[in-house]
Amino acid sequence: MITFDHVSVTYAGAPAPSLHDVTLEIPEGELVLVVGPTGSGKSTLLRTINGLVPHFSGGTLSGRVTVDGLDTARHRPRDLATVVGLVEQNPSVTFVTDVVEDEVAYGMETMGLDPTAIRRRVEETLDLFGLTPLRGRPLGTLSGGQQQRAAIAALFAAGPRVLVLDEPTSALDPVAAEEVLASLHRIVHDLGVTVVLAEHRLERVVHHADRVVLVDGGHSSELLDPAEAMLRSQIYPPVVGLSRLAGWAPTPLSIRDARRRASALRERLVEASSPSVPELRVVGPATALELSDLRVVRAGRIVIDELDLTLATGSVTTLMGRNGAGKSTLLGAIAAQHPVARGRVRLGASSVDPHAVAPRERVRVVGLVPQQPELLLYAETVAAECVTADADFGAQPGATATLLHRISGGIDPTQHPRDLSEGQRLELALAVILAGSPEVLLLDEPTRGLDYGAKHRLGEVLSALAEAGTTILLATHDVELAAEVADRVVILADGELVTDGPAREVLSASPAFAPQVTKVMLPQTWLTVAEVAEAIGRSA
Amino acid sequence: MQLRPRLLHPAAWWLWGLGLATAASRTTNPVVLLLVIGVCIVVVTERRDPATANPLWGFLVIGAVIIAFRVVMTILLGNGVHGETVLFTLPRVPLPEWASGIRLGGPVTLESLLYAVYDGLRLTAVLACLGAANALASPRRLLRYLPATLYDVGTAVVVGLTFAPQLVTDARAVRSARTLRGHQGTGVRETARLAVPVLETAFERSLGLAASMESRGYGRTVRASSRDRRLASGLALVGLLGVLGGLYGLLDASAGGALGLPLLAVGAALAAASLVVGASRERRSGHRRDRWRWPETVTATAGAVPAFVLVVGSVQSWEGIIATPSPGLPPLPLPVVAAVLLAAVPAWLTPRPREEHR
Repeated sequence: MITFDHVSVTYAGAPAPSLHDVTLEIPEGELVLVVGPTGSGKSTLLRTINGLVPHFSGGTLSGRVTVDGLDTARHRPRDLATVVGLVEQNPSVTFVTDVVEDEVAYGMETMGLDPTAIRRRVEETLDLFGLTPLRGRPLGTLSGGQQQRAAIAALFAAGPRVLVLDEPTSALDPVAAEEVLASLHRIVHDLGVTVVLAEHRLERVVHHADRVVLVDGGHSSELLDPAEAMLRSQIYPPVVGLSRLAGWAPTPLSIRDARRRASALRERLVEASSPSVPELRVVGPATALELSDLRVVRAGRIVIDELDLTLATGSVTTLMGRNGAGKSTLLGAIAAQHPVARGRVRLGASSVDPHAVAPRERVRVVGLVPQQPELLLYAETVAAECVTADADFGAQPGATATLLHRISGGIDPTQHPRDLSEGQRLELALAVILAGSPEVLLLDEPTRGLDYGAKHRLGEVLSALAEAGTTILLATHDVELAAEVADRVVILADGELVTDGPAREVLSASPAFAPQVTKVMLPQTWLTVAEVAEAIGRSA
Repeated sequence: MQLRPRLLHPAAWWLWGLGLATAASRTTNPVVLLLVIGVCIVVVTERRDPATANPLWGFLVIGAVIIAFRVVMTILLGNGVHGETVLFTLPRVPLPEWASGIRLGGPVTLESLLYAVYDGLRLTAVLACLGAANALASPRRLLRYLPATLYDVGTAVVVGLTFAPQLVTDARAVRSARTLRGHQGTGVRETARLAVPVLETAFERSLGLAASMESRGYGRTVRASSRDRRLASGLALVGLLGVLGGLYGLLDASAGGALGLPLLAVGAALAAASLVVGASRERRSGHRRDRWRWPETVTATAGAVPAFVLVVGSVQSWEGIIATPSPGLPPLPLPVVAAVLLAAVPAWLTPRPREEHR
C-alpha cells in the first residue's frame, strides 16, 4: 500500500538529513505504529506519506514514496487527499469550518461526493466517533479530546484508504483514548483501512499494533513484530519494563498477556515482605492551598461548583478526570487567570488571595505552566528568554539559566524557543515559572508530546521540588506520571470533586486510572516498575 | 402553528435584511426609522441562531456613536441647515481668510441638530438591518450558497472570517499568560510586547491550517478542465459585481435608480449563467443545504414590501418620507408604517431555530 524506496529527507539549511535511507513496505490493512524518541524523524516520516514533505515543507527528498501506486513526487497532497488522510498533532489549528458537522462534511464536499452519500457518511461517522451529541457545536468550544475525535472523524469521513495519525491520543484522557483507538481498530479490521500512527504513549497503543517501525536519528528499522520491536526499543511501556525485569519471553504487550505470566512474580513479591505500604513523602500542614465552596463560571456556564480542597505544603497532587471536566479551569482559577464567581481561594503560608494581589506579588505564591507552554515564551533565543525571566521575577541574574540547566539535559541557548521540541519547550517554560520561586506550582497537562525520557526527567524534577517544600498540583491524563510522582490523586467530574485520596489507593481502585503495573499485579498495589524492581532487589 | 425547529435559509434572512435596509435608506422620518430598529430587535430576539454570537448590539452601538458624533460635529461646525430656533450660541472662533468656508462655533439651531439626528438615525437603522441579518444567519452560512465555481473563494473567506476572532482569542491568551510572569498585561508598552507572540501564534496557525487544507483536498479540480473553471469563475465574479453595483444603485438615491435596476438584472443574469456553466461541468456538492419553503418566501416578501413601498413613496415624494427638520414630529404616512410593521411578521411565521447544543 505504501512503499518507501531509499528515502532521505533533508530540510533546507539543516546540517543533517531528518530521514536517512528509509526503505519500507507497508501492506494494506495493517495498523503500523511508528516508535521513536522526540525529534527522531517520526513526524517527517508520516508527512512524506501524503506528500506534505516535501511539497509543503520544502527540503529535498531523494528516493521514492508511493501510496496506492501514486508517486508522491508527481502528485500533490491535495490530489492524494482521496487516498491519504493526515491527522496532525494539534487538531485545533487544522479546522477549516466552524461547526463539527460541517467539518466532517468538508472533505467530502471538496471531493464532490453526492449529497445523499455525504449525508449518510456524516451520520455514520458521527456515530462511529461518538460525536452525535456535539454535531452542532462550534469547534472552538470543544475540549481537546473532543477536538481530536472531530479531526479524526473529519478525515475518516472522506473515505481515504490510508489514515496517518501523529500522536492521536496524547491529549486525551484514558477513556477517550481507548474510544479513539477502538474506533481505529474497527476501521482497520472491518473496513481494511491502512493506519500509520506515531505515539509516545506506547502503553495505550502498542497492543493494537500489527507492526512496529522503530525510528531513531532518522534511521528506521524494517517492519517488526510488536513483541520483538519492544525487546529492542529504547522506549517501551511499563508492561514491557516489567517483562524485561521478570525475563518473560515472548514479551507480553497487553495487560491480559502479562497477567497470565505474572503469577510467579506476584508470589515472589508476597514472600518478599509487604513493602507496598507507601513511604509517603513527609508532608507539611495542609495550608499551602485552601479552596472552599469554589464556583467558576466561564462563558455563562458553571464549570466548577461547590469545590472544597486543601493541599499540604510540599505535596504532589494530580488532578485527573475526563476531557472537559474542568481541570484547566480550576488551575486557571487558582492562578487568577479566570475570575471566581463564589468561594474562597487562599494560597501559601501567609494565606494570600491570588485574585486580590497584583501579578507581581502573585507570582511569588503561585506559578502556572499552561497547557501551551509557548504562550509564556516571547524572546528570540533561549538565553534571552532566561535573561528576561530573571528581570521579570526579580531573580539573581543567571538564576533561570541555572534552573534550566538543572531541569533539562542541556538546551542549546542560541535556539529559538519555538524551534525547541515540545519537551524542551515545557522545560524552558517550567524554568521561567520557577524563577519566581512560587510556593504553589501548577502544571496543566505537562506530558503532552513528551517521550518516556523527558517524562522521567520531569518526574524527578517535580519530586525534587516537592522535597524542597514546593506544593505541586498537576492536571494530567497520564496515569504513569501520576503513579511515579503523586502523593495524592483528586478526580474531577463535571466540575465536582468525585474522588480524593492517597495516590496508591485511588489509582489502584479505578479501572480507568490504574497504571499498567498495577493492572498486571492486582490485587497487589504496585504502581511502578521501579518499585517492583526495588522489592525484588530486597528479596534477593 | 407547529413547525419543526430548523434554521431558515440564510438567503431569506439576508433578503429580508437588505429589503428593510433599502426601506430605511429611503426615509429620514424618525418614527419610521425607530420602528425599523424595533422590528430588527424583535425579530432577532425571537429567531436568532443560538450557535453564533449576536452582533446586533454591536451594530446598534456603532449607530449610537455615529449619531453622537454627528451631533457634536454639528454643534461645533454646523451643517449648512439654517433654522429659526437658536438653542444656544457658542463663541465663534475666527478663522483665517482661506478657511472662510468653514465656521467654528456660532449659533446652534434646533433644526440643524434635528437634521443631524435624523440623518444619523437613518444610518443606524441601515446598520441595525445588517446586524439583524448577521445575527439571524451568519455570513458563513450564506457563503455556502455561493455558486459551485466559487467554492474555494468561499472557503477562503470563511477562513478569513475565523482568523480575526482567533487573533482576539490568542491575544487574550497571551495577555493572561503575561500575568503569569508578573506583568500587569495592560498599558501601551505591554500591548506592544504582545504583538510578537500573538503574530507568531497566528502565523503558526495559518501554516498549520494551510497544510491541513492542502492535505484535505482544498483547491483540487473535480472533473473540470481549468479553462471551464476560469470561464465559469469569470462569469460568476462579473455577475456578482453587477449584482452589487445594482444594489448600490438601488440603495443610494443619489446614484440614480435608473442605473440600478438594469445593472442588477444584468448581474443576476450573468451570475445565473455562471451557475449553469459551472454546475454542468463541476460537481461540487454540498452537505445539508437548507431548502427554500414557504416560510422563506414569507420572510423575503416581508422584507421586500417595505422596500417597495418606501421606494415608491420617495419617488412620488409622499409627505413625511423625508422629514423636514422642524420642531414637532413629521406626519406619518400610514402605508409606510403598515409596511414596516409587516417586516416583523417573520418573528412568528417562521420555524424556531435549532436548539442550542451544550
